[in-house]
This record gives sequence, structure tokens and C-alpha cells, in this order.
Amino acid sequence: MSGQIGVPAERVGGLARVTGAYQYVGDIRLADVLHVKLVTLPCAHARIRSVDPSAAERVPGVRLVLTAANLPQPMPRFGPQFQDRPVLAVDETKYHGEPVAAVAADTEDAAEEGARLVRVDYLELPHVVSVAAALAPDAPLVQDPALRPGDPRARTNVLREHRFGWGEIAGVSSDLVVEGTYTFPMVTHFAIEPHGFMAAPDGDGVVIWSSIQHPYWLQKIMAQILRLPLARVRVIAPDPGGAFGGKQMAKFEPLVAFMALRTGRPVRLILTLEETFQAVRRNSAEIRVRTGFRSDGAITFREIDVNYLLGAYADIADRTVSKGSYSSNGPYRVPAARIVARGILSHTTPSCAFRGFGTPQPNWAVESNMNEAARELGIDPVELRLRNLARRGEAFIPGDTPVDGEWEQTVRRAAELIGWGKPLPAGCGRGIAVGIKSGPTTGLSYSTVRLLADGSAIVSAGTSDMGQGSRTLFAQITAEELGVPIDRIAIVMGDTAVVPYDQQTSASRSTVLMGNAVIGACREIQTKVRAMAARIHGISETAIVVEHGMVQLPDGPVPITAILKPGLGSLGGEVIGNGESRKEAQPGHVLGGSAAFYEFNCTAVEVEVDEGTGEVVVARYVTVSDVGKAINPLQVRGQDEGAAIQGLGHTLMEHYIFDESGRIKNLGAIDYRIPTSMDLPLDLQSDVIENADGPGPYGAKGMSEGALLCVAAAVAAAVRDATGAVIRDLPLTPERVWRALLDRSQPEKTARRYKR
Amino acid sequence: MTEPGGAVHIELTVNGRQRVLEASPHQSLLTLLRDDLGLTGTKSCCLVGECGACTVSLNGRVVDSCLVLAAEADGAELVTIEGLAADGSLIPLQRAFLEKGASQCGYCTPGQVMAARDLLKRIRHPTEVEIQEGMGGNLCRCGCYYQIVEAVLAAADLADR
Repeated sequence: MSGQIGVPAERVGGLARVTGAYQYVGDIRLADVLHVKLVTLPCAHARIRSVDPSAAERVPGVRLVLTAANLPQPMPRFGPQFQDRPVLAVDETKYHGEPVAAVAADTEDAAEEGARLVRVDYLELPHVVSVAAALAPDAPLVQDPALRPGDPRARTNVLREHRFGWGEIAGVSSDLVVEGTYTFPMVTHFAIEPHGFMAAPDGDGVVIWSSIQHPYWLQKIMAQILRLPLARVRVIAPDPGGAFGGKQMAKFEPLVAFMALRTGRPVRLILTLEETFQAVRRNSAEIRVRTGFRSDGAITFREIDVNYLLGAYADIADRTVSKGSYSSNGPYRVPAARIVARGILSHTTPSCAFRGFGTPQPNWAVESNMNEAARELGIDPVELRLRNLARRGEAFIPGDTPVDGEWEQTVRRAAELIGWGKPLPAGCGRGIAVGIKSGPTTGLSYSTVRLLADGSAIVSAGTSDMGQGSRTLFAQITAEELGVPIDRIAIVMGDTAVVPYDQQTSASRSTVLMGNAVIGACREIQTKVRAMAARIHGISETAIVVEHGMVQLPDGPVPITAILKPGLGSLGGEVIGNGESRKEAQPGHVLGGSAAFYEFNCTAVEVEVDEGTGEVVVARYVTVSDVGKAINPLQVRGQDEGAAIQGLGHTLMEHYIFDESGRIKNLGAIDYRIPTSMDLPLDLQSDVIENADGPGPYGAKGMSEGALLCVAAAVAAAVRDATGAVIRDLPLTPERVWRALLDRSQPEKTARRYKR
Repeated sequence: MTEPGGAVHIELTVNGRQRVLEASPHQSLLTLLRDDLGLTGTKSCCLVGECGACTVSLNGRVVDSCLVLAAEADGAELVTIEGLAADGSLIPLQRAFLEKGASQCGYCTPGQVMAARDLLKRIRHPTEVEIQEGMGGNLCRCGCYYQIVEAVLAAADLADR
């Protein structure tokens, strides 16, 4: 059935969402379940002197008070890069919200009462919650050096330093050098579904329920921690209710598993929204950028120095540091580049992946630097970008995947849609920026498609559909390849006992990697159907073509179903196809592999600034992404608009604020504001560039992160265009903008013009 | 746990069905629905009345069920997301949410649909701004607000046919 690709098919699984029938983790009720509450301390950093569970244990209904002392010794630790996160705090708590103990009880009330009564004798210790404090010579160490054997930085708070670059900067001659230092705030994912974790003993194994993006990775680490074979660890991962990277890696799954095994009963821990602030966040960052230009605008060199502030445990944050900084020079042709990025530990919520994966932070600085340079050079910001954009096939990051799109098309489209260059009223301004993000560097996805006797199909695909709509895409692909109507296709995900392996749902990979696996599985079915047709008609297979759900026989086409019934015979059965999609690691590559594709976006905005209050109103907003092929334009639009609005959050309003004990002051929905329907651009237009030049099905690229990358730089440039105010710190709150308006009279100091 | 003062006897109508329950004095309507009645379509998130995920209709007005005590709902007429397509056919709003792509992860969707349904009862043909203001208390972190507005506009038109 052709015509299934490039159409706005309705969301598969949407019906259960609009009726409230879909069961997210917290909606699943397990019989005889125990409810878990965490015991935490009201400060960032403390020495635990003793934990006394006796009062808690006397609360009726409390079945278990788990402390570090009753876990295996040494304390099991886990993490995707470093085995540093303990199941419960050992000796010290290292961030506000780190659990010291956990209470399981028959009711939530009893668990809460028990948690309140666990007596923890502790001593508050000095903490670091900023880059400057963490790097101070006398800073308290966040991690025990014993956890970092052989690491020369073990006695510092620098977890790792990454250096990238090419060319020789020394001796490069430039007409203009522009430099500046920028900060990016600490923000949280704020998925509307708070993270949920359940576990139950299962014969001689365990079942874990988690709203996790990477069920197979979780299965692996649970098997390691519990010393069980993979086959005895079953991970059930219902679709996450929003994840954005925050649900990639294990958080409290090991804790609930130990509690389930200890009590012999199912246990359930559903975090409060406040606890999710203490579980996941994006790295904040301080970024220094220095770029040389010729007077015609050509970039001569660029230096980028990023200090990312990580939390108390690494989670996947070091990878966000290396991967995000690696491509931080952006989509430009730069003869010489030097990038230094550090991941710095602090007594804060462990930072992790968050849409953009370490890219939005340096993008904010580099793109702002480009906009400042455009002013200094007297070159239009659109023109400056077009002059420096790398063109298709160029190895703009030497040794990595060359440019895989017509990126200048994207920039021109965005400029055209915003009406770049047209006059604006006073108090209004325009800004533009571009963003690029590397796709996955490795990948492995399997899919099994079963074409059933009645011509319906079951697709097993281990992606987590957290809102990006993968179920719909896989159904469209199957419909296109096998001719099965979408309403006769079931997509099965989220159960490691049932669905074959998928490496992970991250880096906007699933359309490309799992999509190709689904196509592979469908094509195996096509091959088997072709053999059936040859057998039934007594002709050679070479005389038959199976595509788009049709079997092309010498005397004309018939649908696959016409072959299926006689082909399967009286016993019925099904035709099974398996697909596999791999992106192998490249041992010599500094990131372990080259980019599978690039997400490229251009964002252009028009703002109006209230000079009296500093309020920024985004009057018009244009976002254009190079997606290769929009398999489902309705969903593509949803991803691009959603990314834009999420980006406006860190641009205009979101940031953690800490108190003197290192606690998050604005914990929860009242004091931490995310964009609502009343904070939207007055007008938003999203568009795509489609050249079918991606590595995914029908030329698709991954596309769910691109539109978030450069929001901040575009908006800040528009604020400057409107008011002349230069702001290098996010978010652009009314107070910050208002202060910057007052400072306008000061001469600008950071941009320097000189020859050398 | 034994509560001081003991349990509260509650009789209410939920989605047209009479229910008789015992609740704790401090229990919220949200947990009564989710935990005691198994109506998990009403979602739990912020518990301070800021996100709108737990929006239900109480005596014809939408409320954040996390902020209402179960005891306060005694004698009330309640409609939850499960009550909208009770006969198996979607109401126009639900249909429009699907057609316009107004539900991504879907976790906020039941609350969005309940809030939009209330809005359309009050304003038959709302403007975009009226929808944005009327639903300002329903957060969507996936950010499909524009598609939600389009869905509400489309549902308003559908209701006329």
C-alpha cells in the first residue's frame, strides 16, 4: 500500500490517551503492593552519623525500613559511564534529595509516616553548587577519590576534561576577534508524568516496571547488580509520559528491586514532582567563546571553553559533555578550532541527558558570538552564516560524517518566513540562529514483524514511545511495505521478555535505526511472500516483485493477502520477518563513532520588549528543520513546536535557585515556571526541508531535538536588536532584561576589535 | 493507618454511577478516584493545583482534584475522562485531539480534554486567546499547545454540525 509515507496519520495509541485508558507506570495496580517513600535530608551535603529506623518500624503497616546497612556490602553502585551512584547514600549525602533510607508500607500514608520517623543524625557539610565554588582550591570534594582509582583528577571536582579541535590557531591572521562568556541555567525536565518505579519478585528472578527510555540497558544493569542472568530480569516499560532524556538511565530501579526481593512483595515508588527536580536536570554551563573573522566575515579560528556543572553522580552527563562540546563549533567551515570541555561535579541533582544532549549550552554561546560578530563586522547575521556554513559533503568536523544536507536552504527558508530585513516598529527586534546536533554514534535495533493469517500484523520494536510518536511511524512503515492498513497493525514495545533488543531511545535515533529494522523485517516478509507466490504459481521467484504490499506477478499485481492465504495453507500460521539495524562503533573515533546524521535547525524570532518591565514578548517565531523526509508531518510539526516551546523555557523563565544549604528553593510547580499556553509566541510557524537525504526510511533523518538547540541565541539577538541590550546569561527574565536595559549606557567591554 | 476521627462516609455519582465509599479525612479527591475507584485516567503530577493533569468536573465545574478533599465531594456529581466516551464513541473534542496531533506523550491529555470541555460549555466558540487563557492552568511539557488550541477550535466547529 503506497501512500502511507509523508501523511499525517493519527497517533497510534492516541485513542487510549484521549480516553484516559492508557496505563502509565503509576496507573498500574499490583496486588499486595507496598508503597515506598524516600528519607532525605534538608541540605545538599551531610555526613550521616547514624540512621535509627526503630520508630519508623513501629508504625502500623510499615514492612521494611531499608538503610545502607542492610544492603549488600560494599554498597552496590551503578551508572552508564561510571559505577558511582549508590543504591542509598553511604556515609554522606551529596545532593539535596539523595535518599538515606526508604520505607515500604502497606499504604502510602504509613510509608510517609514511617519516612518522617526515620531518625537520621547528620552533620551538615560545606557544599558546592556552582562552577566557581566547585573549582575553588579549597572546595570540598564531591566524590570520594577512592571511586576514581588511577584518575589524576580524583582529588578535584573535575570529573573529566575533553579536548577536541583541528588546525593551528597560532599564527592565524584575523581582522576581528570577538569573544564573550555566557552562562546557561540549571533546568529540569519537568515531564508531566513523574518518574515511577515498581518491582516484584518473579520466581527466581525479578520484574521491574519503569517509565524508562532504555529498558534493555536497565535489564543489563539490574542483572549485574542482582547477579542474575538477563533472562531472569524482565523490564516492563510502559510508554513514558514525557521523558526528554530524563528517563534514559536507572534512578531508583535498583532500590525498589532490593526492597521487593527483601520483602517478597511488589513495591511501588512514584516520585512527587518535587522529587523529580532532585532526580533529573540539565547541566548548567559557563561557556567562553573566542572567534576570529576576516573582514569579509569568513571565520579564521574558534576557541570554545565550556565548564558544564554536573551533579553529585555522573549518570550520562560526562557523555553529554563530550558529545555536546565535540560539535559545538556548529555547522561552520572553520580552519582551526580548539574545544575544551570539563564536566564538574557539584552537590546538586545528578544532571543527565536532556533534549539536545549537551549541545544547547555551547550553542547559546557560539550563536550569540556569531550575532555579536555580525554587528562588529557590519555584515547581516543571515549573510554571515551563509558565508560560513559548510556545504554538502564537506568534512566540517575533520574525520567525522560530512555535511549531509543543504543547510543553507534551511537558513534561507527561515529568513524568508520571518521576513528578514523588512522594517520593524520601534521596540521590536529580530534575531536568528542555527543549531546542529550529531545523531547517534553507535546503534543496534532489532525488530520482528509477524504477518498473521488474516493479513493483520504485529510489529515488535523496543523503542520507547514517549510522545515522539514512534508507534505511528513504525505502523506507517509496515503499512507502506506490507499493505496492511494501520488499524490492523499492533505495535508491541516496552517488555524485554517479549520484544527483541533495542540499544536505546535517545539521540533522535528511533525513526532512523528502529525504522530501518522494521523495514528490514518487512522486506524479509516480502521475500518469503515472493517464495510463496512462486510456489503457488509454479513460476520462478525472479519473475516476481513484492513491494508496497503488492505482489507483481507476470500477469499483473495482486495484494499480499491474496498470496498469504493459499501460501500458509490449511494450518494457517504466520509469516515472520526479522530486521536488524546496526551502526558499529569506530574504535579510532574520539567519540567511539561518527554521527549517523545531523539535525540542523534555523530559528528566527521577532520580539517586542517592554522597556518599563523588561518583559520579552515573542511576537513571531519561525523554526525550520532539515528532516530529510517527514514521514508524518503532523508529528514532525509537534516535535518542532514542542522543542521550540521547551527551549523558550530555559530562554525566558526556567532556572533552579539554591538556598544557603544547597537546597533547591524553587522546588515544584508553584515556584518553577515552565511555559504555559499563555507564554507562547503570538505566532509560530514551523517548516521543514525535505531532500530525502537521511539514512533512515525513505530518506528520513532524526529530528526531535534540533528545534530546541538555538532558541536562546535567536531570542537574545532579537532582544538586542529591539533594545540594544546585551545579555549573556539565561534565562532572560523580566528582571534581568530590565537591568540590562539600565546598563545600556555602559560601554561594551567584552567584544574587542583588533588586528594581529 | 487509623485516622483521628476515623473514616469519612462518602456517597457520590461518578460518570453517572452511584458510588459509596469510606475515605480518610485528609484524602484528596484525586486519590479517591485513582486508588479507591481505579479511575486512573485522571493523572497525578504536581499535587498543588498548578499543572492541571488531575482536572475533573465536579458539579459541572472543573477543579483540580488534587486540591479537593474527598470528603468535600460527598453528594457531588463527578465526571472524569472515563465518563466522556462511555458509550464507546469519542466526543468531538477527543476526536479533534487525535486529528490535530494535540496529544504527544498523552499524560496531560485527560486534564486538557476535561478543561477544554468545560471551556466549550462556557464559551461555545472561543477565540484562540480565550482558549489559551482558559486552559492556562493545564501544562503540556511536550509543548503541543498550538495543536491543542486547533483541536479545541475544531471541536467547537464539530459541535455545530
